[in-house]
Amino acid sequence: MRITRIAIPTAIAMTVLAGCSTAAQSGAEVTVLTHDSFAVPDAVVTQFEKDTGITVTFVAPGDAGSLTNKLILTKDAPLGDVAYGVDNSFASRAIAEGVFADYTSSAPAAKDAAQYAVAGSAALTAVDFSDVCLNYDVGYFTDHDLAVPQSFDDLLKPEYKGLLSVTNPATSSPGLAFLLATIAAKGDAWHDYWAGLAANDVRVTASWSDTYYTDFSAPNYGGDFPLVLSYASSPPSEVIDGEPTTAALLDTCFRQVEYVGVLEGAKHPAAAQKVVDWMLSDDFQASLPENMYVYPVSSSVKVPADWATYAPLSPSPWSVDPATIDANREQWIREWTQVVQP
Amino acid sequence: MPAAFLAVLFVWPLATVLARGLAGTGTGAALAVLVSPGVPDALVTTVVLAGLGTAGSVVIGVPAAWALYRVGWAGQRVVRAIVAVPFVLPTVVVAAAFGALFARHGVLGWAGLDHSVAAIVCALVFFNVSVVTRVVGSSWAALDPGTQVAARTLGASRWRAFRTVTLPALAPALGAAAAVVLLFCSTSFGVVLVLGGARVRTVETEIYFQVNSFLDLHAAAVLGIVQLVFVAAALGLASWARRGRDRVAGGRELDGSRPSSAADRPWVAAVLVALATLIVLPAVALLERSLRVAGGGHSLTNYLALFSAPGTAVLPVSVVQAALNSLVTAGIAAVIAGALTVAVASAAVRGPRWARWLDGVAMGPLGVSAVVIGLGMLLTLNREIAGVDLRTSWWLVPLAQAIVALPLAVRILVPAMRAIDPRLRAAAASLGASPWRVWRTLDWRLLRGPIALSAGFAFAIAMGEFGATSFVARPDRPTLPLAIARLLSRPGAQNVGMGFAAAVLLGVATGAIMLTTERLRTRVRADV
Repeated sequence: MRITRIAIPTAIAMTVLAGCSTAAQSGAEVTVLTHDSFAVPDAVVTQFEKDTGITVTFVAPGDAGSLTNKLILTKDAPLGDVAYGVDNSFASRAIAEGVFADYTSSAPAAKDAAQYAVAGSAALTAVDFSDVCLNYDVGYFTDHDLAVPQSFDDLLKPEYKGLLSVTNPATSSPGLAFLLATIAAKGDAWHDYWAGLAANDVRVTASWSDTYYTDFSAPNYGGDFPLVLSYASSPPSEVIDGEPTTAALLDTCFRQVEYVGVLEGAKHPAAAQKVVDWMLSDDFQASLPENMYVYPVSSSVKVPADWATYAPLSPSPWSVDPATIDANREQWIREWTQVVQP
Repeated sequence: MPAAFLAVLFVWPLATVLARGLAGTGTGAALAVLVSPGVPDALVTTVVLAGLGTAGSVVIGVPAAWALYRVGWAGQRVVRAIVAVPFVLPTVVVAAAFGALFARHGVLGWAGLDHSVAAIVCALVFFNVSVVTRVVGSSWAALDPGTQVAARTLGASRWRAFRTVTLPALAPALGAAAAVVLLFCSTSFGVVLVLGGARVRTVETEIYFQVNSFLDLHAAAVLGIVQLVFVAAALGLASWARRGRDRVAGGRELDGSRPSSAADRPWVAAVLVALATLIVLPAVALLERSLRVAGGGHSLTNYLALFSAPGTAVLPVSVVQAALNSLVTAGIAAVIAGALTVAVASAAVRGPRWARWLDGVAMGPLGVSAVVIGLGMLLTLNREIAGVDLRTSWWLVPLAQAIVALPLAVRILVPAMRAIDPRLRAAAASLGASPWRVWRTLDWRLLRGPIALSAGFAFAIAMGEFGATSFVARPDRPTLPLAIARLLSRPGAQNVGMGFAAAVLLGVATGAIMLTTERLRTRVRADV
């Protein structure tokens, strides 16, 4: 947006001020910091407020990366009580910086969440996950009598030259996830792999929306690229008259896990812990697919029927240990830039 | 009061980041940042982009100022309003429209400009041409036609008369407009990122990368200083253009515009064609996207959907409700910005010597990285300031929007205020008029047109404002730009289609505001 000049500064100041507005009063008001894709139905929030007597204010100071940075910069005077949206590529840094206080929820779904926990820390509770995968335009490959590529290696073949659009890992979190998937798959040979993609005319955009609805050739968008970076959960939105028009390549996926945690130095730690419990409740977990396009961690809620049909998860997503990501993220992004955009 | 405002919200945060980023490091480390990979290129690209964007805006904006303000013709006001619309459209929407034009199969796909500097320059001109048109046009309309006629009578060619008579008279306005555009272009972020595909890198995007990806405050501070140098250069340019030429218009604002003659018509037509290419092509691309529905057909479905709340929590209210929220907050923001603008401009033009700096400082936020100031605010404002409690929630939205609109509003008012002959005020005062009476009978009469214009611009900017609003608006009371961003960040033909339809609605609403401002201004001028 035309945001960026004076807007953001002011904005952040205001956030800070807005954040404080809840702090002055006694125990019952809690400020939840989230990333900017956060969405929850009013009814679910209202029910929580009625059940607990806690009033919730949501503040969204940016995407997962800038949320994490802001939490780190303000850890001496936190902007709120609890933060949702730090993902597995930023979790280690936030934990190492001491942003979060330990808390282990005793909500029933906590057992399910535990399998996504960051090793060696009790600070973060997993809430949801999603697979970042390449998506393809079904019609394009049928019309051109072209086999759908399946693996990372297929994408280097000449028949797929100039067909792929992905996002920049320095500016977009799915872009970083996709880079991590290739690093997991290719090990130290990832530089060569990306040089190969660049030679095959991979297009790199700044954000998901540029790649998805400007570049994607799917019938709903009409761009130039039949292979784009998105999520395993995107295809249900592209079903036209009962027919899927896109699908995900399940061998190219990176699993992204999103966490919630109580902030160290929170003014209302007890209420903040209740918010963590709430995010594991059936009501909240069940709202996740429709509102944030992610899978709930809880095994006791059902995902929508069309998700089962059109949005299967990857049976074996690529992953990189959070501590390794944290140790190398910056170096990898610099190297990637050197290889792909010298 | 305005000085305190700027100090708290701009100077202090900026100083804090610079101090923290540079603490304990020497000039050697600073130089290392400036020669690190990518940075020299980013410096060059910034200067090139800002230079070309400004040159393009001036080359199209000056003839447009003549055609839209100096000569009169039917339907002119509507075109003036349309030209102002791009300035306030959200970047994501404009970038999508330009992206569609430059894509391989797009209308301009043959040019091969996708992800190029040229594409970015086109978008920068698209955004900023209205600044030049507005600021120069207002000044041109008020020029005394007598001197130009005299030059022509004495045998000067049309071109020579323009060069030796008109252009010098327009120089202050032109310098001010160019400086503003230069600063806008040099810190432009979204457009560079989206249309350049993060391949074209500038000082501004470099600061973003350093902070967002690497949390490197030192590099950000060094690059922030580079931007300050750039701001100083732009302000220097503006004051150089103004040197010794502060126009004194006597007591009466002239209306130097005249009906168009047969000889003017081909020129007016040429300007209109240029503007149409620049503005209408992307607008048509935008309109097409707003009408597109699932599967690729076209209908009004997306527009009808604006009236009902979407099924899921993508938006809590209908888009039309969001548009009403926008109107209310932007209206209040315009009033706040109008009052602040009068205060800042008065201090800058008539205040004590030290206060004249305010004029430059008020421009500062345009030219310094939002990321740097944002960081600074994060580090400084996390407490109550001097016992002032800004923490009442709803007012934050119009207040934030007013701050964003302030620099440009000030730029519009200052030249008009400078043009009032101080001898008039001195005379009034010596005849015993109180300061309030001087203001009421003299300044207000002469300045209400420009004040209305500033406030109108502030209104339109507040309508389109995204960044500040996105942080302070309650999620259950989104404004129109927030609703657009929200819709465009979700997959699905309907969300995206509604997002573009909502952007068209924003464009139309903004155009209507500018049209009203135009009418107000002309009516005010008429009864002076």
